[in-house]
Amino acid sequence: MRTIPDGFILPSFGGTAVKAAEPGTEPATSGGGYTGPRKLVLVCSKGNLDMAYPGLILANAAAGEGIEVHMFFTFWGLDMVNKKTMGNLQFTMVGNTAMHMHDLGGIKPGLEHWSMPQWMGRIPFMTKIATNMMNKQIADLGVPTVPEFLDLLEAAGVKMWACRMSFDMMKMIEADLHPAVQGVISATDFMELSENAQTMFI
Amino acid sequence: MPSNTIEGYTFTVNDEGFFTNREEWSEPLAEILAGMIGIDELTPAHWAALKFMREDQASSGVTPTLRRMQTQGNFDVKQLFVLFPGKPAKKMSYLAGLPKPVGCV
Repeated sequence: MRTIPDGFILPSFGGTAVKAAEPGTEPATSGGGYTGPRKLVLVCSKGNLDMAYPGLILANAAAGEGIEVHMFFTFWGLDMVNKKTMGNLQFTMVGNTAMHMHDLGGIKPGLEHWSMPQWMGRIPFMTKIATNMMNKQIADLGVPTVPEFLDLLEAAGVKMWACRMSFDMMKMIEADLHPAVQGVISATDFMELSENAQTMFI
Repeated sequence: MPSNTIEGYTFTVNDEGFFTNREEWSEPLAEILAGMIGIDELTPAHWAALKFMREDQASSGVTPTLRRMQTQGNFDVKQLFVLFPGKPAKKMSYLAGLPKPVGCV
């Protein structure tokens, strides 16, 4: 390890590559006074396509920052890691008042901000159409599909867990789970897992 | 804009310390910087990733993310985490003399 000369500005890479602490500065602490390495736990509870991505993207970003990441899949979130459903998550307009279509702005300026009426979401096949549109938009951004994303997260070292109660309730078997899921764990196990972690419920 | 000097090399950096001008980078400088961020030796595998990053940034104008390294460069993400432990994308962009990646995925 090479020494860093005075006045040299080195980006913070964490771990062994941190800048020498300035005299008198305390180590960064979170609210609880915890000073260990940063850890993130994401509780993924939804099986809708649009609600699968926030957890996947945050997990990927955190893993790339050297943060220990765990994802806990519970209730409908299990669909994200169930091999029979993960490639076929759906997006529905129903119940979503923030449903706008950017392309409508080309017809009449301002229409791109128009909240589409709820009854439109109940037109037959509308969920399928909306899902296809969202999948296309996601792919256009170079963002992987859910199954590919799970492979990427596995390679990045993200740990994944399934919720025992939901798993039993949905009559799943271990063979249904994406291989990145390391185990089916209880709420008590989750408490141990999330000790000293920043936890997000999605 | 601040600048860093080490062993006769001088390069301008942003407030965080990342390169602002890719032309001020050189291979011997990358070797020196690697030693400063805990990578003792740049092997051919390290160089393959760094060179891809520079080439891709030259053509796209944007520093590639890990996902782009995987899809466009056929790099194994797991391997990149081994080669550049902790924050692979940031470490690679630093050693390649580029800004840090800004993409979400």
